[in-house]
Formats: sequence, C-alpha cells, structure tokens
Amino acid sequence: MENQEKLDEFQARIDAGEKIEPKDWMPERYRQQLIRMMSQHAHSEIVGMLPEGNWIERAPSLKRKLVLLAKVQDEAGHGLYLYSATETLGIDRSELVDQYLYGSAKYSSIFNYPTMTYADICAIGWLVDGAAIVNQTMLARSSYGPYSRANVRICKEESFHKKQGYEMLGKMASGTPEQQKMAQDSVNRWWWPSLMMFGPHDSDSPNSAELIKWQVKLKTNDELRQHFVDRMVMEAEAIGVTIPDPDLEYNEETGHWNFGDIPWDEFWNVVKGNGVMNRERMKARRAAHENGEWVREAANAYAHKKKLQQEKAS
Amino acid sequence: MTTETKEISKKEAFLTYLLRLADDRLILGQRMSEWCGHGPQLEEDLAMANMALDLIGHATALYEYAAEIEDKGHDEDYFAYFRDDRDFVNLQLCELPKGDFGFTIARQFLFSAFSYFQYERLKDAKDEQFSGMISKHLKEIKYHLRHSREWVLRLGDGTEESNKRTQESFDELWMYLGELFHMDEVDELMIKEGLGVDSTKFKEDWKKLVEDTLIEATLTVPDWDQFMMSGSRKGIHTEHLGHMLAQMQFLRRSHPDAEWK
Repeated sequence: MENQEKLDEFQARIDAGEKIEPKDWMPERYRQQLIRMMSQHAHSEIVGMLPEGNWIERAPSLKRKLVLLAKVQDEAGHGLYLYSATETLGIDRSELVDQYLYGSAKYSSIFNYPTMTYADICAIGWLVDGAAIVNQTMLARSSYGPYSRANVRICKEESFHKKQGYEMLGKMASGTPEQQKMAQDSVNRWWWPSLMMFGPHDSDSPNSAELIKWQVKLKTNDELRQHFVDRMVMEAEAIGVTIPDPDLEYNEETGHWNFGDIPWDEFWNVVKGNGVMNRERMKARRAAHENGEWVREAANAYAHKKKLQQEKAS
Repeated sequence: MTTETKEISKKEAFLTYLLRLADDRLILGQRMSEWCGHGPQLEEDLAMANMALDLIGHATALYEYAAEIEDKGHDEDYFAYFRDDRDFVNLQLCELPKGDFGFTIARQFLFSAFSYFQYERLKDAKDEQFSGMISKHLKEIKYHLRHSREWVLRLGDGTEESNKRTQESFDELWMYLGELFHMDEVDELMIKEGLGVDSTKFKEDWKKLVEDTLIEATLTVPDWDQFMMSGSRKGIHTEHLGHMLAQMQFLRRSHPDAEWK
C-alpha cells in the first residue's frame, strides 16, 4: 500500500502545477499510466511511418518527395525521443517494442487505414497531424517533465507537417478536376477516423478522470475533439473542401460547431484489428524487427569486441 | 572547330555532366527511401531517411542547375519525371535493388567514398554556382561516408552471419565498380574547361580507403581484375531501373498538367 501521506503530497505538487521528474516519488499507478500512454504515443509515431512511407517513392514532384521524407524522418525522431522519455520511468525500449509487436500494447488506430491516393498524404497532414497537434499541445503541459518536454519538441515539427499537408490539399482542391476529386475523396475517408483519434466519449473513457486528476491530460477527449472540429470547419472552408457531415451546424449558444454521430462501431472494429491495414502494419513492423535482428546482433558483438580490446589496451 | 560549336558542345557536356551526378543521387536516394519504416532499428530508420533526403536534395539542386544550363524552360521535375530509362545516365550501381541492410550499407559506403573524392576536387570547379553547391553537399557526403564506413566495420567484424552477408554483398557489387572510373568525351571536355574531375586521378586513394576498410572489417577484398559492367553513362541499365521509374513517375505522368509542387 502506498502511504496516504505521500499520495497527498504528490497530489499537492500536481495541483500546484509542479512538474514531476524521473527521480521524484510517484504512485505506481501514475508510472504505469504514463508508460502505457507514452509508449503508445511512441509506437504510433513508428507505425505512422508506414502509411506515409507508402507514397515517398511515388510522390509527384521532387519537392513533395523531400517534404514527405523529412516528415517521416521527423516521425522516427519523435518515436526515438518518446521511447527515451518512457525509459526514464524504468522500462527498456526493447521491452516496449516487444509489447506492441508481440503483446497487447496499442498504437493509434488511425494508421490502420490505407493511403490509397496521394491526396491521402495531404489529408493526413491536415487532419491527422492537425488532431495530433491539438492533443500534443495539451500534453506539452503534462505533469510529467520528460513527457511534457518531448511534446514541446514534437509540436514544433508537427505544425510544419500539418502546414505542408493543408497547403497541398488546398492546391489539389483548386487544381484539375481529377485532383479535386482525389482531394475531396480523401477528406471523406479521413474525417471521421481523425475525430476518433481523440478516443471514446468521456463517458466511455475509463482512464480519463484519473489522467486529468494527475494532470497527465489537461482536457477530456470530448473537449479536445470539439476544439479540433471548430478549427477544421474554418480551415475546410478556406480551401474549398467539404466536411462529410450533414449535421455540422454552428451553435450560437455554445459558440461551437455541433457535429453528427461518430461511427463508433467502425472505431471499435478497427481497434479490434479489423481495419483494412491492421494485419499489414503489424506484419511490416514485425518483418522489419526480425529482419534486423542480425544487424543488431552484429552491432552488439562489435561493440563488445571493441570494449574488450580497449580494456586489454589499458 | 568554330567557337560557336565549341560553346554548344561545352553546354551540352556540362548538362550531361550535371545529369550524371544528379541521376546517381536521385536513383540511389530513391532506393534508400524504400527503407523508410523498415529499418533494423529506429536509429537507422532515422539515418537512412536522412541520407535519402540528402541524396534527393542534392539531385534536386543539380537538376535545377541543369534546367538553367539547358535553357529550354524545363524545371527540375522534368528531368526526374519525364525522361525514360534510356535517358537516365546514373551508374548501374545506384539502381540495384536495396537488398538487405548489409547490401545497402556496402553500396552506400562504396558510393559515398567515391563521391567524397570526386566532390573534394569538384568543389574547385570554375563555376561559382556549381562549386558552391558541391561544397555544401560535400559536408553531408562526409557524414554518409562516416556512417556507412562505421557500419561496414560493425557488420564485417560483428558476427559470423553478418560477416558472411556483408562479404556476399561486396562480392555482388564489385563488378559495378569499374565504370566509376570510366572517362569519355564529356569528362574530357569538362576537365579541359575546369568544370570536371579526372576520376582516374583519385582511383588509388579511393581503392586504398575501400581496401583498408574491408580489411579492418575482416572482409576479403574481391578481385579487382574480374569482369566489370559498363554502359551506364550511355543509358544502358539493368532491368531494375525501368520498374523504379514506372513507380516513381506514374502519378506525375498520369496528370502532367496538374500542379504538384
């Protein structure tokens, strides 16, 4: 049992807006929740490289190819420092990787949708990175120091990601008839999944209350989702794409946009593994890990040899 | 020969020279980018994406300059997206499929070492825009060389399996190295004009770096006197290039009038 006094002290620090650092005392449950959230965030960055990597080789101009490569490279970087931040909680990266490749750890379901056309890359930048920014801007103020700092850094890069997607989607939306069709089709397919990125409604989100109490999260799923919708409505209008929701309506009273029912059945179905690309994503990541085993072994063996040589020499 | 024809041929030679450099980098960068999300460890996903970014970035700058020299109203994308297999003048070395990580690293090391010596000399070319670009890119090439060389050492001198795989990769790549040092009328004119380099002049330095690295990595240096491929610079390629171009160019060519930048 954790001492009530210590728990109160911890809560008081949180309430005073202090950051919790790796060496500070923290409730075991706080540590576990953070490990779950942070590693899930890291896995999502890594799996997220796949749907976008799918278009690097086919990007329609050198500029777009470079932008996409830079973006996917950033994502590998985000994954790397999120894993490092998670390691401050006393768990190894290799263990975390095993948990998602062979265990039950999750990554964001959004990456189980296929990128069928190049416009999907633009829609991902605008909607998916747009949603991620809303979430990560909040997490940048999270109570756990290393996670907060990782998100500050991530947010800076994500805004470039969003901008490039939005900008190109806008060009397509006012481009040739084929480009316009592709642009609208991608918005139609990515809109609802991007709303689902904020997670279930507050009433169905078992972790929310606790995470907010500990200031790991500062806002609820529904609050963040509403903030996102309000922004996207304006942005969609500015570039001339239509949000595929007939119930979208400005609410004078609340000052927010009302939106239609989110297709939660689809969400849970994809979470359970039945999205178009779930199996492919896991297959690809496992293959990368397994095909790379001989490389990691070689690097370890070499480092070991060099260490022995150095010891001998000194 | 009149002054006028000499000028035209200098321009043509310079254009070809730029395209050879650019094609090598685009094609190799395209291969490297195939690793994105599939690397053996996260650090390498990052490093390989970074190298692909550099290579394609270098190619883009070279194509932009080629378009300027050519002066036909083309842009950098024209060279990447609207030329066919026979028009590409990259080394066959660069177009070979990525293979396993050892193959990718072995090729990157051989190519980066060559680029390093080539760019060290090209940075003094008598054309400010060209030499400026080369000096800038050289910094990144040094990183590619260091990174790939370190990995050759790790893989060669790592485990029995990594040694075997890496040895096989070098053996397979060897016959594509001969044409790194082929010189033709384009090179000769460029050397005369102070715009190109004589690669045979640094061949021994390059060989020494390669041999020293392989030996340190406990690998066997393959036979330099074996059969060597040729023809890249005249647009002769393996069948792999056509498939790569089909993939790379399809979207752009399907909608040639659309804005994609």
